[in-house]
Amino acid sequence: MTVATNQTILVVGGGISGMTAALEAAETGKHVVLVEKNPYLGGRTAQLYRYFPKMCHPTCGLEINLRRLKANPRIQVLTMAEVTGISGTKGDYTVNLKTAPRFVNENCTACGECAKAVSGEIDDAFNYKLGKIKVAYLPHAMAYPQRYVLDPAILGTADADKAKAACKYNAIDLEQKEESVSLKAGAIVWATGWQPYNAENITPYRYGEFPNVITNVEFERLADPHGPTGGKILRPSDGKEAKNIAFIQCAGSRDENHLRHCSRFCCMGSLKQTHYVQEKYGDEGKSTIYYIDIRAIDRFEDFYAKVKANPNVSFVKSKVARISEDKDGNPVCWGVNTEGYVRYSNPHDMVVLAVGMEPSVKGVDIPAEVMADSSGFIMADPANAGIFGAGCATNALDVNRAVQSATAAALRAIQVVNKVARAEA
Amino acid sequence: MAEMKTAAYICKGCELGSRLDAASLVKIATKEGKMNLVREHDFLCSADGVALIKNDIDNEGVTHVAICACSRRAKTEAFNFPANAVSRGNLREGVIWIRPDTDAARETTQEMAEDYVRMACAEVKAMKVPEGNQNTGGVKTLLVVGGGISGMTAALEASKAGYKVVLVEKTGALGGMTAKLYKRIPTREPFKAPEDNGIADLVAQIEADANIKVYLNATLAKTSGAPGRFKVEIAVESGSVATEDVGAIVQATGFTPYDMNKLPHLGGGQANVVDQAGLEALAKAANGGPIKRADGKEVKSVVFVQCAGQRDTSGEHLQYCSGHCCNTSIKQAMYFKDSNPDIDTVVLFTDLRTPGNGEDFYRSAQNKGVIFSKGVVSNVSANGGGCKVKFKDLILNEETETDADLVVLATGMVPTSGPDLDALSEATRAAEGGDEAAKEQVVQMKSKSVLNLDYRQGPDIPQFKHGFNDSHFICFPYETRRTAMYAAGPVRRPMDTVQAVEDATGAAMKAIQAMENAGLGKAAHPRAGDLSFPTARLEGCTQCKRCTVECPFGAIDEDEKRFPLFNESRCRRCGTCMGACPVRVISFENYSVNTVGAQIKAVDIPDEFSEKPRVLILACENDAYPALDMAGMNRYEYDAFVRVIPVRCLGSVNTIWITDALNSGYDGVMLMGCKHGEEYQCHFVKGSELGRYRMSKVYDTLKGMNLEEERLMDLEVAITDIETLPKKINDYAAKIVAMGASPFKGL
Repeated sequence: MTVATNQTILVVGGGISGMTAALEAAETGKHVVLVEKNPYLGGRTAQLYRYFPKMCHPTCGLEINLRRLKANPRIQVLTMAEVTGISGTKGDYTVNLKTAPRFVNENCTACGECAKAVSGEIDDAFNYKLGKIKVAYLPHAMAYPQRYVLDPAILGTADADKAKAACKYNAIDLEQKEESVSLKAGAIVWATGWQPYNAENITPYRYGEFPNVITNVEFERLADPHGPTGGKILRPSDGKEAKNIAFIQCAGSRDENHLRHCSRFCCMGSLKQTHYVQEKYGDEGKSTIYYIDIRAIDRFEDFYAKVKANPNVSFVKSKVARISEDKDGNPVCWGVNTEGYVRYSNPHDMVVLAVGMEPSVKGVDIPAEVMADSSGFIMADPANAGIFGAGCATNALDVNRAVQSATAAALRAIQVVNKVARAEA
Repeated sequence: MAEMKTAAYICKGCELGSRLDAASLVKIATKEGKMNLVREHDFLCSADGVALIKNDIDNEGVTHVAICACSRRAKTEAFNFPANAVSRGNLREGVIWIRPDTDAARETTQEMAEDYVRMACAEVKAMKVPEGNQNTGGVKTLLVVGGGISGMTAALEASKAGYKVVLVEKTGALGGMTAKLYKRIPTREPFKAPEDNGIADLVAQIEADANIKVYLNATLAKTSGAPGRFKVEIAVESGSVATEDVGAIVQATGFTPYDMNKLPHLGGGQANVVDQAGLEALAKAANGGPIKRADGKEVKSVVFVQCAGQRDTSGEHLQYCSGHCCNTSIKQAMYFKDSNPDIDTVVLFTDLRTPGNGEDFYRSAQNKGVIFSKGVVSNVSANGGGCKVKFKDLILNEETETDADLVVLATGMVPTSGPDLDALSEATRAAEGGDEAAKEQVVQMKSKSVLNLDYRQGPDIPQFKHGFNDSHFICFPYETRRTAMYAAGPVRRPMDTVQAVEDATGAAMKAIQAMENAGLGKAAHPRAGDLSFPTARLEGCTQCKRCTVECPFGAIDEDEKRFPLFNESRCRRCGTCMGACPVRVISFENYSVNTVGAQIKAVDIPDEFSEKPRVLILACENDAYPALDMAGMNRYEYDAFVRVIPVRCLGSVNTIWITDALNSGYDGVMLMGCKHGEEYQCHFVKGSELGRYRMSKVYDTLKGMNLEEERLMDLEVAITDIETLPKKINDYAAKIVAMGASPFKGL
């Protein structure tokens, strides 16, 4: 049962920004309800193989954050839940939520017997549909809550009965329905994060049509040993090792036809991904970065300098005009290198589009009056003093900056609930 | 406190009951674990199982609970009994999930489980419930050092949350560098034109805020104490010294522009060459009218040289990019274009860096006719009444030149972060050795101190790269190595004003949190909320100072009798001091030489003829232990001869555990900790490094014991080593088997 008052801070979005905002507020003594749409916390950072510039693993920080969360009784987590409406004003909001059925209750011990029992498969959303998982699944090894999920596709199939029969703990509840919940909150932190720009919109790059043209977020899953290929960088078309890889920067970003803003993280993201190629294939792995400007800001410059010094990485100052496919299924990049105006048509084993960031929930879709910029990112609004953006819902940010933004948002929310508390004292 | 009453609970769920002989486990908990109460349950984490434990606590007087079920990382909330000491015997992820379900494996799997039951019982009996020391200071006034846009923002945001603030500014006025800007880069849609710098409004808000006390012309002469009870001496230029009690500190001391006189080849120091701050002064004087040079001539052509003395690979200048300068030059080019569109404005750059909505600002400048040219400037010289700029045009791939009335150098940000503590301690050592030059250097360095902390480990916050007070943790950007001190603005990381405002708000958040928790005796990140803290039996202390030197967070000073003086609210509870102590007098209530030592001793060591070696694994709970857990979840098998004990950090590992283990017949010891060195992963910064250094000394002890070096193995583990770790364990176990039994068995 979720208990909330007008001194509660509601955090919408359980990625690293939302978790941070929730934890910082709760560790300051505030009561927090954290709402997440997915069946697990961690958001997109959980889907990254490594972070730049340290090349460390996002799950390391996730472990710390989950431990903080488990140790903190002031945070209530609602997964598979979405906000459908917000009414009221600063210090006194009523928030309507809709929760989707997990079909698995809190009795679940994560023993995995249900997954063993079923045979049906669905696309693996965690791996950007690059693989399949069972209809009864734990989204990933560090999924929190540590409880299995049954996909709705299981309903009415033999698998549903098998899963239920396999569970010794009465944890499977096929009668669960979508529910509506209404909560009070004094302040709201909106941390719904980002989604990769739809690469299919960039028609000359033929994403979705040429199997060996993929996106940067998909590439993270390919490189991850816990991903669909076991960490092998393989071409989707024929499973061949992809050793000669092109990275196309600003795929959608800095382009008034697509995303007008610069997405900030993608240069560093591709520089990082050249490390993956080097890690897997050594000197046989070749990376080519097609770029307009390399935006390795502040001390990230050190990282850029290291990548530049790698003879297996080359840089071409050019916005790739189009991609074709040769008879071997190799994507071919066409364009002009603006340094010296040289035309090129370079075949690669695989092309990685460094697609940009757009807000998952655009400002106008947020069910409350919140100001947004022309890209849909939430802007600080002095008039609206009770709903605050955090992380990539506010700007195209890297992880470090998103966490910083979320920490700031936590204080803004605390200001509101402290005021409520003072008024009620 | 109530008398200790112990209870062990053996769970039979998740196949524990069918894979293991639960009756035997119960017997072991009773006979060997000597638990007062032992119960088994089919499904311990269920509401019924938890109620059983709760009932024993409430009605049977149970104080100490050993839960022998799944990993401590699973069902954490269900098994949360904050008023009781609780240990977890990991029979699921740590035993049955990593062992094959075969008849051949049954015996060794059962032995493994039995040992984990023994260990859980032994551990819990050695534990006390941390009570927390709430007398560590409850001051909730925030000190903000620096009155620029970052400092003023931190002060105002803290005040809005209801906290009092002391704001100390070195100069005679608030506003800092931002006050010197004619305008600032846009903060709002449509991101097309420069905005008012906003400082007058902030200053007015500060002046009207009764929560904020401002000291101008003031610096910190001395900062002593600890979170929740800092005492700061504020030296005011007039000569007076004020004293304030504060609970936490935000350091927002900003930056100075890199000295352009160090860039003579770019015209630094010449007439008609200014840096970005110089151009702001000219623009401010012009106030929207024609911008004039120092000699009074109206500027008709201007060249902006980006990355002047930045992104330097020669080692002479700044290696990093300062982030804001591309947008700043765009803004400054607009000053000219907005006053007169006919003025030639050229920005020479290598990579134009306008992240986020800066792109709209960049486009707006292009629309206003600002020329952006990709080129590297080699020389700026005087030419008639102006300057000649030589550069390599990277697009046309040719050397070329252009003339301009004025050249603006986009030099970078140099943080005002005080002396580098490593350099200072090195100089101090040399000075103590009698080096006169070093003595002078120490005085010089100390004069640059910002905080003047009287901490044993130096007067300021340790720096990260390039002199900035940044965090090395991507997930935790505010972490510094001094509890309750947070850097904000360009002293933390190069940044523009928009970011500085966000950054200062976040830093104020962390500082407020630190004050609140200090007052409750709770730890700060990463063991947030931990109520345990280290205490020392001083009667056993030999005053070796290792704890004071090694504490990564400067938590320990020395008292007047040269004993360690623990400042609990500075402590992060990593246990590095406990690991460092050669006489083992330091412990936490729930984590001590004894809680781990008792587990090591509890393991049943088969004799040398059994062909059942025992390998002790001490695994960092942050990365290695979760990796082992996830190996279990994936059912990756590993050797049944290992016994794993999680530790708070490799830094907390006391060498006595290793020598005791080897002395008592363990055949090998594996240490699993996080990466150290430049790209360290240790959440306690130095813990894993110090731990490893200490372990390197153990090899000598092994030699003294006539044991092979290989009996101790130090492994660097990342949380993602889920598949590889079992293999490494198996390889090591195989090596130990090949080596033969330890000669210490049965002694």
